[in-house]
Parts: sequence; C-alpha cells; structure tokens
Amino acid sequence: MSSPNLDAFSSSPEPAVSGSRPWIRRLLGNAGAVVGLALLTSIAIAAAFAGWLAPHDPLLANPAIRHLSPFTPVHWLGTDELGRDILSRLLFGARLALLVAVVPTLLALLAGGCIGLVVGYMGGASDSATMRVFDVMFAFPGILLALGIGAALGPGLGSMIIAIVVVTIPAFGRVVRGGVLAAKRELYVEAARSLGYSHWRVAARHILPNILGPIVVYATLQTGRNVILAASLSFLGLGPQPPTPDWGQMLSSGRTALAVAPHVATIPGLAIVLLAIAFNLMGDGARDLLDPRLKRQLP
Amino acid sequence: MIAFVVRRLFQTIPVIFGVTLVTFLLTQILPGDLADVLLGPTASEESRQQLRAAIGLDQSLLVQYANYMGHLLRGDLGQSLVFAQPVATMLASRLANTALLAVSAIVLASTAGIAIGTWVALKPGSLRDHSLSASVLFLNSMPPFWLGLVLILVFGLELRWLPTSGMSSAIGGGGPGDLAAHMVLPTLTLGAWSLAVITRMTRSALLDVIDGDFIRTARSRGLSEARVILRHALPNAMPPVITVIGLQAGFLLSGAVLTETVFSWPGIGLAMYQGISARDIPFIQGGILLLALIFVLVNFVVDALYAYVNPKIELS
Repeated sequence: MSSPNLDAFSSSPEPAVSGSRPWIRRLLGNAGAVVGLALLTSIAIAAAFAGWLAPHDPLLANPAIRHLSPFTPVHWLGTDELGRDILSRLLFGARLALLVAVVPTLLALLAGGCIGLVVGYMGGASDSATMRVFDVMFAFPGILLALGIGAALGPGLGSMIIAIVVVTIPAFGRVVRGGVLAAKRELYVEAARSLGYSHWRVAARHILPNILGPIVVYATLQTGRNVILAASLSFLGLGPQPPTPDWGQMLSSGRTALAVAPHVATIPGLAIVLLAIAFNLMGDGARDLLDPRLKRQLP
Repeated sequence: MIAFVVRRLFQTIPVIFGVTLVTFLLTQILPGDLADVLLGPTASEESRQQLRAAIGLDQSLLVQYANYMGHLLRGDLGQSLVFAQPVATMLASRLANTALLAVSAIVLASTAGIAIGTWVALKPGSLRDHSLSASVLFLNSMPPFWLGLVLILVFGLELRWLPTSGMSSAIGGGGPGDLAAHMVLPTLTLGAWSLAVITRMTRSALLDVIDGDFIRTARSRGLSEARVILRHALPNAMPPVITVIGLQAGFLLSGAVLTETVFSWPGIGLAMYQGISARDIPFIQGGILLLALIFVLVNFVVDALYAYVNPKIELS
C-alpha cells in the first residue's frame, strides 16, 4: 500500500468538511440557525414546563366563557369553543407537537438508515429489490399513504406515528444508501478493507461517520416536514383525539367558528408554523455547515 | 427518445403493480378485518362469517390479492360505506373537480413561478432575492390548510371579496364567473407552495446558465437583454424546472385533500376526508389508488417531456 492511501485512511474518521473554527462557533455565526435554535429551545422549554407555565387546566371547559378574545385578562390568548384556555392548551400541545415531529424522525432514521447502509454496502440484488420497494412507496404522493395507514389503523397518536415512520423510511434509506455508494469508491474504504477489517466494521466505523453530515441535515429538515405532516393528519382527524390538546386538532375544531372567533384556529396554526420554521432554519444552518456544496443550489 | 420512453414505460409497470399491492395491503392492517369495518360493530358473528366467505377473506393472502386485482381490472373498487354507491362511480364523478383545482394551481404556480424566478435571477443578492428566500422558508413551514384558513379570514370574512366554500353560490350561482370566483382562494392555497418551489428552481437554473459562453456570445451580438434572457437563457434553464413542475403533481394531489377540506370543494379529497371519520376504508383505498396512479402517470409524461426538451438524457 502506498503512503497516500494510508493518509486517506488515517484522516477518514474526520468529518468530510472541516474548518479552522470549531463547528459550534460556526453554527452560532449562522444567523438563521441561531434564530431556529432559539425558537426550538423556547418551544422545548414551554413543552417541558407546561405544567408550571400553563395558567389553567388545558382540559377544563367552561361554557360561560366560550370564544373569549386574546388579550383578555386571565386568558391571555383567549378561550376556545368550549371555554378552555388556549394558552394552556398551546403549552401542553407543544409536547405532542415535538413528540410527533422528533420521534418519527428518529425511528425512520434508524430503520431507513440501517436498510440504506446494508443494501448500499452490499449492493447487488438486495439493493435493487429494496430500491424497487422504495420506488413504489415514492409513487404515493405526499401525505396520501400516511392518510391511508392512519385511516386503516384508526385515529390516534400511535397510528399517526406509525404512519409517519412508514412513509418517511424510504427517503432516509435513499439518503444513506446514496452516501454509502459514494463512499464505497473512496480510497479510505479500500484501505480499511485491505487492512483486513470486516465489512461490518468498515461500514459502521469508517463509512458511517463520513456520511453523517448529509444525514443530519436531512433528518433536521425532515423533522420540520414531520411537523406539517403530523399537523395535516391531525387536521384530517387522524391524530390524537379530543380533548387532548393537539395543535392540528385545535386548529381543525376552531375552524367551525372562524367568523366569530378567528383566533381559535389561527393561533395553533401560527404555533405549527413557528415550530416548522425552527427546524427548517436549523436544517438550513446545518446544511451550510456540514454540506456546503448544497448551499449554492438554493437562494 | 422513443427507446427512452419505452424503457421508462417498462419501469412504470412494476411500480403500478406495487401501488395496487400497497393499497390492497391497507386492508390487512385494519384492526379486525374488512368484514368488521363493512358491517359495523353491531353485526352478528354469523353475518360477519357470511360476508368473510362472500368477499373471500377466509382465503389466502395471494388469492385475496388476485381477487382484488380481478375486481380492479373490471373497474370494481367496491362499495363506499358513506356515499352508498360504487367507489368507482363516486371517484369518477369527483375527479373532474379535483383535476380542475389541481390543474389551475399548477398553471398558476408554473407561470408565476417562472416569471418571478426569472425576475429574481436578474439581480442575485438583491432585496428581492432575500425576500424570495424568506417567502420560501415561510411557505415551506406552513401547513396548506392554515394558509387556506387565513385567506378565508382575510378575503372571505373580513374584506368579503371572495366566496369561501363550494364551487358555486347558492343563489344565482353556477356561471363561469361564479365558478372562477370560487376557484381563486383554493387555487392560491393549493398553488402557493409549488409557486415557491418553482420560483426557487427557476432562479437557480437560470443563474447556472447565465454565465455560459452562449449567453456571452448572444450579448456580444448586441441582442437586447430581454431577448438574451427569454430566447437564450430561459429555454436552456428549463429542464430542471420541468422536472420540479412534474414533482409538484404529487404535492398537488395530496394537498388537494387538505385544500378541498378547508374550502368544502366537492372533489375526491373532500370525499376522502368525509370517509375518514366514517371509516369508509373502501373509498379511502380507492381514492389513494386513483391519486397514486395519476401521480405515476404524470411522472411518466413529465419524463417523456423531459427527454423531448433535453435529448442528452438518452445517452445516460
């Protein structure tokens, strides 16, 4: 083995893109990512401390004070169609909103990532068979397959998470497989193999760390998309059922009184938008940081 | 080009089979089985068994799928529980309304997207460029149904400029003008996200070609800037834009479910929404199958179109 091969190998565990500044400082230098991180942190704090922060019981209905406007003393964001405090429901709803965005991302990343790593590394028939299965799943536009799975399993939090995981696995699988296919041709992989390391060790210890950047970027952006996907399923009645405080469901039930109390539907919608923006800004920031080649393609 | 189209057609056929398999499998993940859904919770065990035997639920999965395909090929998608008529009839009667909405949304998004994208690409890094980035981020983070509600609130309830639900007014409605007025808000809602994506793609595709030698040549020949952009740069920037427009079909078909629900637009999506609460699995299954097949077909047509405008693709 010639020395350049060894060099390529010895530097392989480093991230594909490295700079002079530590990554955390570069992340903080990205205005969008900082705003996204601040937004997400605020929402996470609101979710974690909803029990303390919420001024009222989110489930407590009081027909005498239905549809109070925002900025009412005692009920800062007003009340909904059953006289429940919207701020309290919003704070408790943040828990579910984060849960249904983050948990499906992690599960789909784990499942899709393992599939992508294995079939990408092995190649051959298992690879093309898996890709054909993914092609079929990509043939279902947008939320439709999730809608079908949710409708078949019956509405609820569990079936919503299953639906989101199933429809997002193929994309994760493709992203990881694409990275593995590109990495397989690199010298450091050849070097590691020629040192006698097992396939498993090469895939997990050498290839995976090198393709982590695009995967992290994709996972962050997908979490933002999951916020919308979950809200959409919830809006269609496939999410957690009333009286659970869930943003999509709050928006959906507030729709009936749009003329008399527009805030009941618009405020949860705004919360959904802010959470999705937080993940999208962080995803864009992570992309600029970890995968600078993509930056040029976008405004 | 013909070879490419034929090859692409052969790739499409297995996908179509796969789509039918997945929609068939939806009935396999039902808690209980299809007989429970069709008969409801009050039916006796005896009538359940009879129905299971009648629709072949007691047979192997392979036989059930073969039966499903057999019905499918005869255009039989089963009976809708909510609408009390065959699913195929119901879908056929609603398809035109959904198509009207989706087509008007894509026409709006494509024409406005290419125009705005070109306008923005003329001055990269300018205020308009940054506004585009901000709008793309915002639209990308917005559930389509929320945009619809905000539009209803502003243009329907506050300003009272436009109708907010259905396809025609109850009194004196039904004319083309009335239909157009009813289409404005749903079309904007459904097309907004695609508009942002197409604008962004036009911008970056145009910026990719604008430094090319052929553009410098066109400019050095003394052609007007408008001619350089419209006749030389834009046509060369089109292939990726066409791909993106094709991909929007998927978003439009699924976004239609949400948009139709918000605006009570009597299409397939609204009917599917009504089917969800009643667990009308045959109808939802049929609706998903139809929309997925349309999506596959649109992708095929877009690829063929792409091969037409970009002959280089045949080589790859």
